[in-house]
Amino acid sequence: MVEIVNRPYAKAFETFATARPDILCLSADLTSSCEVDGFRDRHPDQFLSLGMAEQNMLSFAGGLAMQGFRPFLHTFSVFLYRRPYDQLINSIAYSNRKVRLMGFLPGITTPGGITHQAIEDISVMRAIPNMTILECGDATEVETVLDVADSIDGPVYVRVLRGEVPRLFSTPFAFNKLRTLSEGDDVLVVTAGVCTEEALRAAEPLKARGVGIHHLHVSTLKPFDREGLIKAARGKKGVVTLENHTINGGLGSLVAEILAEEGLGVKLRRLGLQDTFAHGASKPYLMKKYGLDASALVSAIGQLLGKNLDIDDAELEAVRIDTVHSAQKAEAL
Amino acid sequence: MNLSNQQTTEDVAAGIRKRVFLHTMRNNGGYLSQACSAAESLAFLYNEALTLGEPTLPKVPLPFGGVPSATNPDAFTGAGYHGPFAPEFDRLIISPAHYALVIYSALIQVGRMDEHALDHFNVDGGSVEMIGAEHSPGMEVTTGSLAQGLSMAAGIAWARKRKGEPGKVWVYMSDGEFQEGQTWECLAAMAYHGIDNVRVIVDVNRQQCDGAMSSVLDLGDLAARVASFGVTCRSIDGHDLGAMRAAADSTEPGKPLIILANTSPYQGMEFLKKRFPRLHYVRFKSADERREMQTTIAAELGVDEAEIVRA
Repeated sequence: MVEIVNRPYAKAFETFATARPDILCLSADLTSSCEVDGFRDRHPDQFLSLGMAEQNMLSFAGGLAMQGFRPFLHTFSVFLYRRPYDQLINSIAYSNRKVRLMGFLPGITTPGGITHQAIEDISVMRAIPNMTILECGDATEVETVLDVADSIDGPVYVRVLRGEVPRLFSTPFAFNKLRTLSEGDDVLVVTAGVCTEEALRAAEPLKARGVGIHHLHVSTLKPFDREGLIKAARGKKGVVTLENHTINGGLGSLVAEILAEEGLGVKLRRLGLQDTFAHGASKPYLMKKYGLDASALVSAIGQLLGKNLDIDDAELEAVRIDTVHSAQKAEAL
Repeated sequence: MNLSNQQTTEDVAAGIRKRVFLHTMRNNGGYLSQACSAAESLAFLYNEALTLGEPTLPKVPLPFGGVPSATNPDAFTGAGYHGPFAPEFDRLIISPAHYALVIYSALIQVGRMDEHALDHFNVDGGSVEMIGAEHSPGMEVTTGSLAQGLSMAAGIAWARKRKGEPGKVWVYMSDGEFQEGQTWECLAAMAYHGIDNVRVIVDVNRQQCDGAMSSVLDLGDLAARVASFGVTCRSIDGHDLGAMRAAADSTEPGKPLIILANTSPYQGMEFLKKRFPRLHYVRFKSADERREMQTTIAAELGVDEAEIVRA
């Protein structure tokens, strides 16, 4: 069974920030929800509480960065770009400021509903010049993303996972490099964030039916490891993307752009929110309902190959790799 | 018109109005009213209040260096006209970027920019843009979308205070920016964090693009509202330099200073009263109007009309 790490960000951030006096921890009234409450209590000199006022927080952070501090902003993903989008552009992105936007509860990982679910954040961020976009898929990436984010000369948006996070990877977050999780000849599966764990559940049943899956995990969405994708997509019978995001403008879109530009002529199925808002409910429920789970992936692969793979939910459930993880209740706010 | 920077502040203010007027007449329009309201405030800042080093950019403005990015080493900011960044020097953040023409005129008037620098104004490929951005002379941040300058200044000021730098962070703002919620977010944050190395002068001309503020979204008792946030607020006649000096000297420990400079949008150019309330950007409706304005305002400012035709 896969290891479940409790609050990996809390410890990683404290270790990272205390060794670097130019790092500041900014928070907008969601301090414990972003696992930096302990940091606040133990390192008040490196912590700035800016309250429920994100527009000011983003511009203020731009000013801090102008003076050589490297502010890490902590709040839910959705609050980092929807309300303060103008500030993100004019106070941070245009000037290429070293501001790090640490976005918690990305996509439908929150039961908070439409107001709390950042389902188009990657799409929005991809459209912003100078922006770098990172997404954590497991505890190891949560623990090692801070150094990567801090090494970027410009603004960085990070989708962070909190709470009980499975450890899927044994090697650290590598900037702009796709992770190869399996190699096979039939279908290329490209996943990111929590969807990677989900896709892994389909690996054994597919293998058992002789379907060769080449599985890539994406942790850097902008820039993008174009060559890695092209190499893996070439000669495949189809490509499936699976993302915790709307299919418009995120991982599915960027894979489509590259496949088209390269003229690979390979069929693509984009799984994710099909141009719809979601609503407030548990993560497993929403992933099932909106087709972001292993079952949806298996169906898409079957369609691409033109065969019924005969893998039912019970079989996928049986190989579930996150038994402990899935036992937790819908995350509280 | 060659003036050294050993001028009285009154002279600098008069020079700013004159330069903006000449430019507006020569170019068939401009942000003329902003010169009327802002002249004393900017003259006070550049001639008295600010502690600045010598400019680090050439007197003749550079072409646009490209947008900032990790791969563009040629990008620069217009802060170089305020001198080098050093712990002892002040910073001036210009928040209403559409005051650009007035700012450029002030920089020329105090000798920080070339006498003919306005020849580069609004010229394609140049840095002296109509709505200034961070590469434009005197600008350090990009504030054409209003009400972000104060927050950025607050971040700069917090950082400077943390590092023990004695230099202050001055902000020039327009009253319209108090319609944006971000300004109030920032006042709350500055008060809460005791950011007392910030000095703000607000041009309270009660004008905005649509006309008089009272007809758009009135601010009510702005002084009381600002003061209620726990910052030091002084409301003065923005054309009274004595009052401005006294206000600038009236800081309180632990609090930022906000000076509300109550101004007239046609101070020094009474002719503009005829155009009230459409003063945001002055265009000429007819050749007759242009002639009348030219003659009347030239007389008010003591400008020889022959100067206007200089190519």
